[in-house]
Amino acid sequence: MFQSLSDKLESAFKLLKGENRLTEINIAQSIKEIRRALVAADVNYKIAKEFTDKVKDKALGSENVLKSVSPGQLLVKIVQDELTSLMGGQTEGINLTGNPTIILIAGLQGSGKTTFSGKLAYFLKNKKKKSPLLVACDVYRPAAVQQLTVLGQQINVPVFSDADSKNPVDIALRAIEFAKKEKLDTVIVDTAGRLAIDEEMMKEIAAIKKAIGPQETLFVVDSMTGQDAVNTAEAFNQTLNFDGVVLTKLDGDTRGGAALSIKYQVGKPIKFASNGEKMEALDQFYPDRMAQRILGMGDIVSFVEKAQEQFDEKEAKRIEARIRKNQFDFNDFMGQIQQIKKMGDLKNVMNMIPGMGKMAKDIDINDGAFKKVEAVIQSMTPKERMNPDLINTSRKNRIALGCGQNIADINAFIKQFDQMRKMMQKISKNPSMGMPNMGPAGRARR
Amino acid sequence: MSMLNRFFGKKEKEDLNKGLEKTRESLLGRLSRLVVGKSSVDDDFLDELEAILMSSDVGLETTNKIIERVQQKVSTSKYINASELNELLRGEMVDLLAENNTTDIDFFALPKEVKPYVILVVGVNGVGKTTSIGKLAFQFKEAGFKVVLGAADTFRAAAVDQLKIWSERVSCHFYGKGMNADPAAVAYETVQYAIENGCDIAIIDTAGRLHTKVNLMNELSKIKRSVTKKLATAPNEVILVLDATTGQNAFEQAKHFTEATDVSGLILTKLDGTAKGGVAIGISDQFKIPIRFIGVGEGMYQLQVFRKRDYVDAIFDK
Repeated sequence: MFQSLSDKLESAFKLLKGENRLTEINIAQSIKEIRRALVAADVNYKIAKEFTDKVKDKALGSENVLKSVSPGQLLVKIVQDELTSLMGGQTEGINLTGNPTIILIAGLQGSGKTTFSGKLAYFLKNKKKKSPLLVACDVYRPAAVQQLTVLGQQINVPVFSDADSKNPVDIALRAIEFAKKEKLDTVIVDTAGRLAIDEEMMKEIAAIKKAIGPQETLFVVDSMTGQDAVNTAEAFNQTLNFDGVVLTKLDGDTRGGAALSIKYQVGKPIKFASNGEKMEALDQFYPDRMAQRILGMGDIVSFVEKAQEQFDEKEAKRIEARIRKNQFDFNDFMGQIQQIKKMGDLKNVMNMIPGMGKMAKDIDINDGAFKKVEAVIQSMTPKERMNPDLINTSRKNRIALGCGQNIADINAFIKQFDQMRKMMQKISKNPSMGMPNMGPAGRARR
Repeated sequence: MSMLNRFFGKKEKEDLNKGLEKTRESLLGRLSRLVVGKSSVDDDFLDELEAILMSSDVGLETTNKIIERVQQKVSTSKYINASELNELLRGEMVDLLAENNTTDIDFFALPKEVKPYVILVVGVNGVGKTTSIGKLAFQFKEAGFKVVLGAADTFRAAAVDQLKIWSERVSCHFYGKGMNADPAAVAYETVQYAIENGCDIAIIDTAGRLHTKVNLMNELSKIKRSVTKKLATAPNEVILVLDATTGQNAFEQAKHFTEATDVSGLILTKLDGTAKGGVAIGISDQFKIPIRFIGVGEGMYQLQVFRKRDYVDAIFDK
């Protein structure tokens, strides 16, 4: 999607050879392409339009000071900057000042409320040293109460429920009493999924909120949501005036344009990003990462930054040469990791390596692998790092001891590294296999 | 049975109309505003039409297709009024839906000679797989079939309980081995159970999984293989459940699930409550996989057989 946007922009600007300024006329087609690409990333159409209008104004007002950057590249850079600022500057935490703190969870069916409730309890317990209570107020869906109970057992957090009651307000109120008595300082109230147009159900959630007076009301939304995200968020906000948004299922390959739409429409911060089925798979939300994700980690964006940072270009060129000669070693790999560490997990790292973007999806790497990888490399001798083929069974055993992982992990890692190396070499010999515009330096960042 | 179908035919259309109310209101309203003050079909007109279709989640490619066809059919200098435009679009949509050479089938009249008819249900998390299965089971049961539900979602907390409760509500058979059991084994044994107990239909629930998780997609292929191992003709149908509120990612989901399990039909859930009924048009056009059922409300019968013509009518008829 956005990869092809890069292409489209490039060809749109080929007509402009010799020109290095953006004008009303030469920008029109590109603006339209950007808008389409945003919509393809599930940004609401109306918002995409307002957004690109703003980008257009900015672009026309800007002087292209960087001679090495084409107008098309400059434009995408502006898009990214605007997107980042729109997503919000900083990460926002949640209000935990209540006694007990009451957190209300609301959202559509299937958005991931119950799983998130479990994760939040786990997060508060382990990271914030709280003693949470989970409250099962979904009295409608079959086995919803059991689901929360099972999650509570998994993470060792008490769950308050009443199978006989069909009154969620009453359940929530009694749960709070229970928490006070048991000296539990945080009460997480999981509720039934509901449609924004279901008046009765919306009245119910409003009643729950009024009765329990939560410090935090969180709206849980599936990051794969399409054009309707805006309407749903708006409706829930009108009823609940929620404090923050939780984006779920970010471990998929959705661009997550819904995040932008919601932020733009209701102006409430996105507080958590949920990205996996394990209880620990919960992150604070990082607006800049989301902006990049919506953009599809645009090649051109990195390319622009390369133009600004000569050093990275050299480094990346060196790496590419090494790949071509099949000399890519653990030091290079470590270097790449360090450069892109802020970006996220190992899959993202692979996304940064020339041509790996598409393939990263097909190689399964679990989310926690990142730290482990560093530990493995750090447990190698300098010689081993320079010469991956040197590593035999006895060396593997030593490395395993050094990094505190078992031999199977080491084997798996080295196998993955080999796979990756082979693929990179294949791609560098035959660029058509990889992504378009895979200039080697394109992946070298800050 | 046929009488029953006819009886529900009317109610079915009412449900469909009600479920698509929002879509209809928003689409028709915007289309009629579109033609106001426009004296010809120019670029602005087409841009605005594009905006309207895209906001209904028709999707990029299908929108382009429709726009191109509209362009071919109307001369740019000509004025077009609201009802002409509606008719034109309605025609295009019906054509698009017809082109992917899938015929509407009355799913609740299954071939009697295939027994058990095995349906494997797959999809990402939270799209409504288990609920859809419950409603399907109910309707199959009403249509006179003997149904067993197989609980191969052994991963998500309490998923087995959820399916079991559904089987009790519907009063149909249930086969499960509890949480954390091997899902492929559960699927295999569900088919075996269906054979031994003379069930007409076996519906197998699977755990929600994101299509990007290679391991989990492999697991799904394995579940399918194990079903085939027990009964060479099974599964007769692999149904992918898609959430209508999902955006462009639905296309990725369909692609990857089809790679893993040869999806043969779709269920589109949660069409009510959103103004995005256009998504069925886009999906039907892009996937070449027939939509079998659509969910237009919470009731048991509101998971209904998808009929192209009725669907398009429900979008355009006031």
